[in-house]
Amino acid sequence: MPSLKDLRNRISTVTATRKITKAMQMVAAAKLRRAQTAAEAARPYADKMSAVLSNLAAGQMSGGGEGASPLIAGTGSEKVHLLVVATAERGLCGAFNSSIVRLARKQARELLAQGKEVKLLTVGKKGYDQLKRDMASRIEERIEFRAVKSVGYAQAEEVSAKIMEMFEAGEFDVCTLYYAAFQSVISQVPTAHQLIPAKFEVSEDPVFYEYEPDENAILDDLLPRNLTVQVFKALLENAASEQGARMAAMDNATRNAGEMIDSLTLSYNRQRQAQITKELIEIISGAEAL
Amino acid sequence: MADAFPFELVSPERQLVSGEATQVVVPGAEGQFTVLANHAPFLSTLKPGILDVTMADGSSDRIFVRGGFADANPDGLTLLAEEAQRVADMDMASLDQAIQNAREDVADAKDDATRTAAETKLAQLEEVKAVL
Repeated sequence: MPSLKDLRNRISTVTATRKITKAMQMVAAAKLRRAQTAAEAARPYADKMSAVLSNLAAGQMSGGGEGASPLIAGTGSEKVHLLVVATAERGLCGAFNSSIVRLARKQARELLAQGKEVKLLTVGKKGYDQLKRDMASRIEERIEFRAVKSVGYAQAEEVSAKIMEMFEAGEFDVCTLYYAAFQSVISQVPTAHQLIPAKFEVSEDPVFYEYEPDENAILDDLLPRNLTVQVFKALLENAASEQGARMAAMDNATRNAGEMIDSLTLSYNRQRQAQITKELIEIISGAEAL
Repeated sequence: MADAFPFELVSPERQLVSGEATQVVVPGAEGQFTVLANHAPFLSTLKPGILDVTMADGSSDRIFVRGGFADANPDGLTLLAEEAQRVADMDMASLDQAIQNAREDVADAKDDATRTAAETKLAQLEEVKAVL
């Protein structure tokens, strides 16, 4: 049975914790709004990019894929898979990081069971921390944005440059990016997005463009850019999802702390009452004995 | 008054311009070209340079763009630039300062990777200065 003093201490500890989680929730809410605006601002660029590329790619692929860039046609084999796992730098955001890692790990296991080779590239500290436990030998590279306040295009360029470098060195055939797509504050869906070979929705009626320089030169220029844009989009979605998940998690934590304070206060009062009663009985029975 | 057409300039981080324009001069990879209304479908990559925009209301704008492409078709002109900044917002003094810093970085670089990075940065900055 904890003493009155113990209970009083616990109540004050939990109250302090509640203050912290409440503050974190509010910070996450403010950051979420910013992250959401950033994600929305990036959308027209990404949409336009894929529209133009699908047009171009449709032209190339209709020619039987001959001479098409390996970035869309693939390397011809799919033996080695590179999984790019993008997670957050910080924890305390519910199941956000683990759900991304779980999806990536599940697919990595499936690929291994099929006799494929799996390589990992982790973006963000938390993904690395979780994956190094059982897949440390497969992690080729880790990228962290510890010092970066909010992800920008430069960070996406860093990641995609790394991917391109590995691709050009022939280190993998298929590249898939894992991140959490932002649906709403309460729902973030871990998503796998295949980057290489790139997949496009082929438009129904392609517009016939005149190209300058020629089609292939444009594609060679655009495909690596597209990679960066896709990574950028994923990073922004991830940032929004992270804040959303953190907001929900901290809201829960604040509520739990409140419930805990209530029940602790209740038992504190009960015990205080019991002690008073006990003292009264002692005094009365002492008086009666005289 | 020339016909107006929808013009959009987007960078990965935001949409810079969206509105009706009458004439846009684009620094294409193989030379500058001017887009007027009802341009034939045309796609070109960009080289670092100045974009000259005349909006439908008669105002004009000079914007520095780097990396990306222009997509002109009868429905309008869309420019995707990796980097875009209004010339008016660019500060020559700070640009010179940045070039100076980049030069020092190249000189101070200890290994190849940082030197290459610094040199690319310097080259980019000098390109900007040259086109201005």
